[in-house]
Amino acid sequence: MKVPSASARASRSDELGLRRALSGWMLPLLVAAMALLAALSMAGWVGSTALSRQWHEGAGAALTVQVPRPMEPAVKPEGTRLAAAVALLSAARGVASVHVLTDAELAELLRPWLGDSAGQLALPMPAVVAVKLKGAAVDLGALGRTLEESAPGTMLEDHGVWMRRLSALAFGLQACAMLALVLVCGIAIAVISVATRAGLAARRDAIEIVHGLGATDGFIAGRFARRAMLLAASGGLVGGLAAIPMFVALAAFAAPFADNARPAMSVQDLLAALPLPLWGCIGALPAVAAAIGFATAQMTVRRWLRHLP
Amino acid sequence: MVRFESVGLRYGGNGGQHPSPEVLHDISFELPEGMFCWLRGASGAGKTSLLRLMYLAVLPTSGRLTLLGADIGRTPRASLPHLRRRIGVVFQDFRLLAHLTAFENVALPLRLAGGAEAQIRADVTELLRWVGLGRKLHVLPRALSGGEQQRVAIARAVIARPRLLLADEPTGNMDEEQAERLMVLLRELNRIGTTVVVASHNDALMNRHPAAALRLEDGRLVRGA
Repeated sequence: MKVPSASARASRSDELGLRRALSGWMLPLLVAAMALLAALSMAGWVGSTALSRQWHEGAGAALTVQVPRPMEPAVKPEGTRLAAAVALLSAARGVASVHVLTDAELAELLRPWLGDSAGQLALPMPAVVAVKLKGAAVDLGALGRTLEESAPGTMLEDHGVWMRRLSALAFGLQACAMLALVLVCGIAIAVISVATRAGLAARRDAIEIVHGLGATDGFIAGRFARRAMLLAASGGLVGGLAAIPMFVALAAFAAPFADNARPAMSVQDLLAALPLPLWGCIGALPAVAAAIGFATAQMTVRRWLRHLP
Repeated sequence: MVRFESVGLRYGGNGGQHPSPEVLHDISFELPEGMFCWLRGASGAGKTSLLRLMYLAVLPTSGRLTLLGADIGRTPRASLPHLRRRIGVVFQDFRLLAHLTAFENVALPLRLAGGAEAQIRADVTELLRWVGLGRKLHVLPRALSGGEQQRVAIARAVIARPRLLLADEPTGNMDEEQAERLMVLLRELNRIGTTVVVASHNDALMNRHPAAALRLEDGRLVRGA
């Protein structure tokens, strides 16, 4: 007996002739464009999340305490106002470290306003204490009241207003990225649905014949879904690959702002610097596109088949 | 086997403000298992619509239809494919899938029924050889003559050993000799237990193969035909 050829084997799984009905580059191309937009939306999400985290770990995890007349005696306990404030801060829950700025450091801070002579001015300067916080929430109200009782006039600045604004900005960026992602998925579903309907119209006769021979809705929908899944997956793969150079370009723009910035980073360095979630996104794009293609085609075909007895 | 009780058919259903006209009216008859029956009537009398009801391409809009022991009105839609697999149909225009070879076309009913591939290969090859197409197993329908396409269509209709075989003007595109050979095949299938219904307006053929007959006129069954 003759062994069936490759084309015969292929036709066995293409009873409806979908390789012709759902062919060409249009669907994969559109899905690739959607996948690229989805990848860029994910990049926006990942970037805004990273920025938000940096802000929280930087300004959000720091306090600045100003102690006027630092060398005068404190109300309680005994000692200078500065020593009392440092002791209270060091003992407070949630405080990681306390650092009293030196005169040189103060002069450096004031240099933009007072110039190089800032350190030599005979101004009554308050002591500035930089406090780093750790994970646990600090009761700033209680801490402020304790400092006020010990060294009246001590000011505690927690950058709260800026943090709230930056957090709102980060949340807005994340929401925009998520909205873009949802829109892209919606458009991808619409595109695949339209392509599937076109395939149904083109292969109506074949569907009716196969249906008449006893094919179930699941069989017919499965054939369409498999084809749509394959095309969508290929589009997702192309879109994901196209996103890589864009991510590298974005990484090159963002590199100077990174903590570990170096003067000239190679493409390999930039690729290595890409956050893991972005690599995960690129890897997941074909699978997600395939899942969307499969589910959309299944639903579209099953709904259409309800018109047949 | 087949029972029609006051069956009516209106394409597009009964719904809507302007329902389409009824193409079959108040059809009642019963075909016992193993029967050979002609379906007679002029063009437009409703023969094809009656056959379409019998192979479940449409459902009755009134009355009660019982096929292979199943009351179609009460049968869930999901169960209809299993019924269709027990019904073979030969169409006048063959209705072969143009992108599939003769072998793949004939194998389709068995594959839909979940048959084992080795068994399918053996059965389809044997049947296509029997109808004289052993050398054209992997040829596409467009490369076959009209008669060869007809034989592929017949092979597809009978490959799954249907309990009910329907043929709509099966000899319409055949010469007399081919028509006779087809009738021999249909008679043989009927002899081994398949219920056969053949729609035709070929009086000479029907006279050469006398059998019970249903006669349709303007969508109504005429008694005593």
